[in-house]
Amino acid sequence: MDQRWPLWGRQILTILRLELRKNFWGLRAIPMYFLALAPVLLFGARAILPLPARQAGEMGFAANVYAGMFQLFFLRLAVFFGCVAVFSSLFRGDVMEKTLHYYLLAPLRREILVIGKYLSGLVATVAMFSAGAGLSFLLLYVPYGPSGQNFLWDGPGAGQLAAYLGVTVLACMGYGAVFLAMGLLFRNPIVPAAVILGWEGLNVFLPPALKKISVLHYLLSLCPVPFTPGPFAFLTEPTPAWIAVPGLLALTVVVMMLACRQIRRLEISYGAD
Amino acid sequence: MSDILLEDVSKFYGEVLGVNGVNLTIPPGITSLVGPNGSGKTTLMNLMTGLLQPTQGTVRILGLSTAEPEALFRKVGYCTQYDAFPRGLTGFEFLETSLRLHGYGSEQAERLAWTGLERVQLVDAAHQKVAAYSKGMRQRVKLAQSISHGPSVLVLDEPLNGLDPMARAEAIALFREQAAAGRHVIISSHILHEVDAISDRVVLINNGYVVAEGDIHGVREEVPDHPLQILVRCTHPERLAARVFEQNHAVEVKIHEDGQGLLVRTRNAEAFYLLLNRLVTEGGLDVEAVAPADDNVRSVYEYLIGPSGGGI
Repeated sequence: MDQRWPLWGRQILTILRLELRKNFWGLRAIPMYFLALAPVLLFGARAILPLPARQAGEMGFAANVYAGMFQLFFLRLAVFFGCVAVFSSLFRGDVMEKTLHYYLLAPLRREILVIGKYLSGLVATVAMFSAGAGLSFLLLYVPYGPSGQNFLWDGPGAGQLAAYLGVTVLACMGYGAVFLAMGLLFRNPIVPAAVILGWEGLNVFLPPALKKISVLHYLLSLCPVPFTPGPFAFLTEPTPAWIAVPGLLALTVVVMMLACRQIRRLEISYGAD
Repeated sequence: MSDILLEDVSKFYGEVLGVNGVNLTIPPGITSLVGPNGSGKTTLMNLMTGLLQPTQGTVRILGLSTAEPEALFRKVGYCTQYDAFPRGLTGFEFLETSLRLHGYGSEQAERLAWTGLERVQLVDAAHQKVAAYSKGMRQRVKLAQSISHGPSVLVLDEPLNGLDPMARAEAIALFREQAAAGRHVIISSHILHEVDAISDRVVLINNGYVVAEGDIHGVREEVPDHPLQILVRCTHPERLAARVFEQNHAVEVKIHEDGQGLLVRTRNAEAFYLLLNRLVTEGGLDVEAVAPADDNVRSVYEYLIGPSGGGI
C-alpha cells in the first residue's frame, strides 16, 4: 500500500474535525437547520392534531402528501439551498474570512483538502437532511395509530423511508459536489446557484430529452412514490435506478475532479476578492 | 540545491504588476526584504511559498517546486501578514491542528505545539481563544506555527509588527538562532534600524523591481551617486579636514560644533581610510572613533527608493 494513504487519512480527519465545527455551529449551518427541520415541525404539529375522519386509514393519502412535500419542498428547496449554503462556503467562506492559507501552508495535497472539505459538508448535510426527511416521514404516520405502525414496519413504509433517505444522500452528494465546485470557480457562487435553481425548477416543464440534463430528474426517478407537480408538467418515464444511481455518482466524481483541478490553480490573493 | 532561487520571476494581477523580472539567489542566514508598502514584498513571499504562482519564471526552494506543497511545507514555515484565524480555535488548537495537518500523530502534535508555544512565551494563554488575543499575541502564535515543525526555510512577513520591545528582542533572538543553525530566514520589515541590526543580506524592492541586493556594505558601495559619509571623532579635526581637502575624492567636510570631530563625504572610502591611518601613524591625530554614517539600510533605502517610500 502507498505509504501516503495513512497520512492522507490523518489529514482528512483533521480537516473534518475543523470543518464539521463550522458546518454544524457556524453561520452557514443556520439555513441548513431551518430547511431540514421545517417539515419536521410541520408534520410534528400535524401529529398532535386529530386526524380528519376522511383521512383515517388512508395510507395512500399520507404517502402522496409526503411524496409532494419531499419532491416539491425537500429536494427542490431544502436540500438544494442547504447544499448551496454549506458547500459553496467551504472554500469561498474561507477566502472571505481570509483563513484559507491555514490549509494551504501545510504539506497537504490540495486534492486532499477538497476531499476533506467535501466530506465535512457531506456529513453535515446528510446528517441534517436525513434526520429531517426521516423524522418527518415517521411523524406523518403517528396520527394513524396502529395502522400507521403497521404500514411503517410491516408494510411498504420502511422501504419507502429507506428510498427517501437514499435519495437524500444522493442529493447531498450531487448538489454538494456541484456547489463546492461553484465556490471554487466563482467569486459569488449565488449567481450560478440561482441559474441552476432556475434550470432545476423548469425541469418539470422541459421535454424529456432536456429533463435528463439535471440532477433533479434522476433524484425524482428514484423516489418511491411518484408525484405529478401540475397539469402543465411534461410527463416522462423515470430513469431506471441502475442508471440513475451510477449516473449521479459519476456526476459527483466528474465535478469533484474539476474542483481538484481548479484548486491546484488557486492562488491566495485575498485583496482581490 | 540548498538555496532559494528565483529566476526571471514576474507576477501580474491582470494588468497590475506585482513583481517583475526578479532574479535572486538567497543563501542561508537572515535576508530582509525592504521596500515601501505595495512594493512587492508580500507578493515575493507568496511566490516563494506557492500561495501565488509566477506569471513567468521559476521559483525553487531548496530544489523544490512551489507547486508541490506536500514536499515544500515540510521544509518551509511561513508566518503571513494575514491576521485572520480559523474561528473558535484556542492558541493551542491552532498549533496542534496545524501540526496534525502536517501529518503528525496526536501525541507528537501536542508535544510540538507546546514547544512552539513555549518558544513564543504563550503557554499561559494556550487555552484562550485566538480571537481574544492581542495583536502581539496573535503575531506570536503565528510565529510559533511557522517554526513548530522545524522548517529549514522561514519566511516571515512583517514578523515584528505589533510586538512590544521585549517580545521584539525575543523574536530577533529567535531569528538569529535559526540563522545560526544554517537555516534560511527571510524577513520583510518596515523597521529599518532593526533590519540593519539583524540582517546578513538585504533585498531592496520598489514598484515590483529589485533595486539592490546583497550585504548592506556591498549594496552601499553600489550607490556611487551618493558619496559615503564617515564620522570621525578625533583631536585637531581641522588638520584632518585640511588633508582631506587635498584629496580629489573628498566632496564635503563638516567640523563638529564641539571641535572634537568631523563628518567627511567622500567618493572613495578606501582612500580616505588610508589617509586617516597615515595621519594617525604620523602622530598628528588621536582618533577616538571612526564610523560610517550612512552605511546602513535606512540610508541606502533613502538613496535608492526615496525618503517618502511610504510607511517607514
